[in-house]
Amino acid sequence: MAGIPSRHRSLFLLTSVIVLQVLLLAVQIKRDSQGRLIRVWTVGLFSPFERAGAHGVGGIRGAWGHYFALQNTARENERLHQENDQLKMQLTQLQSKASEADRLAALLNFRQSHQSVPMLGARVIGASADTASQTIYLDRGERDGIRKNMGVITPDGIVGKVIESYTNTAQVLLLTDRDSGVGAMLAGSRIQSPVGGTGEPLLTMKYVANDDTVIPGEKVVTSGMDRIFPRDLPVGTVAEIKAGNPFKQIRVRPSANLERLEEVIVLLTLQPLELKKESGAADAPSPASNAPSQPPAGNR
Amino acid sequence: MNDTFELHGMESHIEVHKFRTGAILITLILVLFLQAFVPIYFPKAAVLDLPLLVTIYFGLSRRNPSTGLLLGMAIGLAQDSLSGPTVPLGLYGIANTIIGYLASSIGARLDTEHPAARFALTASFFVAHQGVINLTRRILLAQPEAWFNMHLAVAALVNSIVAVFLFVLLDRLRRPS
Repeated sequence: MAGIPSRHRSLFLLTSVIVLQVLLLAVQIKRDSQGRLIRVWTVGLFSPFERAGAHGVGGIRGAWGHYFALQNTARENERLHQENDQLKMQLTQLQSKASEADRLAALLNFRQSHQSVPMLGARVIGASADTASQTIYLDRGERDGIRKNMGVITPDGIVGKVIESYTNTAQVLLLTDRDSGVGAMLAGSRIQSPVGGTGEPLLTMKYVANDDTVIPGEKVVTSGMDRIFPRDLPVGTVAEIKAGNPFKQIRVRPSANLERLEEVIVLLTLQPLELKKESGAADAPSPASNAPSQPPAGNR
Repeated sequence: MNDTFELHGMESHIEVHKFRTGAILITLILVLFLQAFVPIYFPKAAVLDLPLLVTIYFGLSRRNPSTGLLLGMAIGLAQDSLSGPTVPLGLYGIANTIIGYLASSIGARLDTEHPAARFALTASFFVAHQGVINLTRRILLAQPEAWFNMHLAVAALVNSIVAVFLFVLLDRLRRPS
């Protein structure tokens, strides 16, 4: 640049620098290269700063978020707690409604499958005030056609019978009450024997001879001999069998969940009924001995 | 070397400012770092072209066209290097070289200390910078782009406003006269 006038030196330098960069561009386009070496150097120079910057920003954000920006956290926490409690309550209500819907659907299904039988759905509104008796109160009574000695069932099995009918309510003696009883038989062997309550969760089957074969788990169904319940409604399943004198001591677990009744069906007739045979009752295992015994039916 | 000296030309007298040792280098590195880093967390900050603003500032302050264009070239090439493979080396290099040269040349003739002058000059240089980049793209890279649009207008405005404050900040790096 010695021969270039000083006032033109910068212009010459500008031209040279631009031409060089244009050549650099042209080389990149021609060879399809990206000037990797220069990029590597530049990126290598700046990446430590960027890494440190990112680390610093992360630290500042963390410190800010965890220590300084906590003014609203307590309020937010309290609000979330309240919201959580409300949601829990809503969840419980929804679960209860879903459960109720399932039960009502089962009742409706049972009702539809036995349309020829007059029956009435009722809600359990109370239980016995003492622990000695096993009774419940329904929200339906004489005004709805409920009379004394009508049978009360659920789709799972029989519940008991109406012992008192008032204008708008009815009292039902549960099957588990020690004064309760129902005409029943073993589903497989068709051995008949009344089943009665003991005041405990399990029922007892009273008059099965020691010679008769009974299998644990065998289904027990109504015999229809009590003239309250139609034949072949589920009563329960055989839970325990002990030899006795002169009859076996058989304990039966009720089919209906008598400890948690909320909706039931009242059979609105005092005449003998014939229901369609339940498939579950017919599928019960058959014992080796089919010799029937004829004990008295437990019709109270 | 004197901290400041005066150019006697067709204008009255214009100061040429010197900066603290390492101030320019540190500023360049810091600005390139910020340009590559800040938009990660604040995407709207990508509208700022800090390397261009620094090129303009040092060009206007040093008022030496050779220094200005070399500084612009260095900043531009570094910006190209950090911009990724879609930006070939030399694209911003050429543009910043020209802006560095123009800023130095104009700075040697005008008083550029007033904020209004800085605002107007920055806006003009920003538009010129975009023009050079577009020209380079069209001629050398066959990548035609719009010469100007609303986004660039907003960017020019924002950069000019930021430049007014940034330049005041950078003034503190000058050696006291």
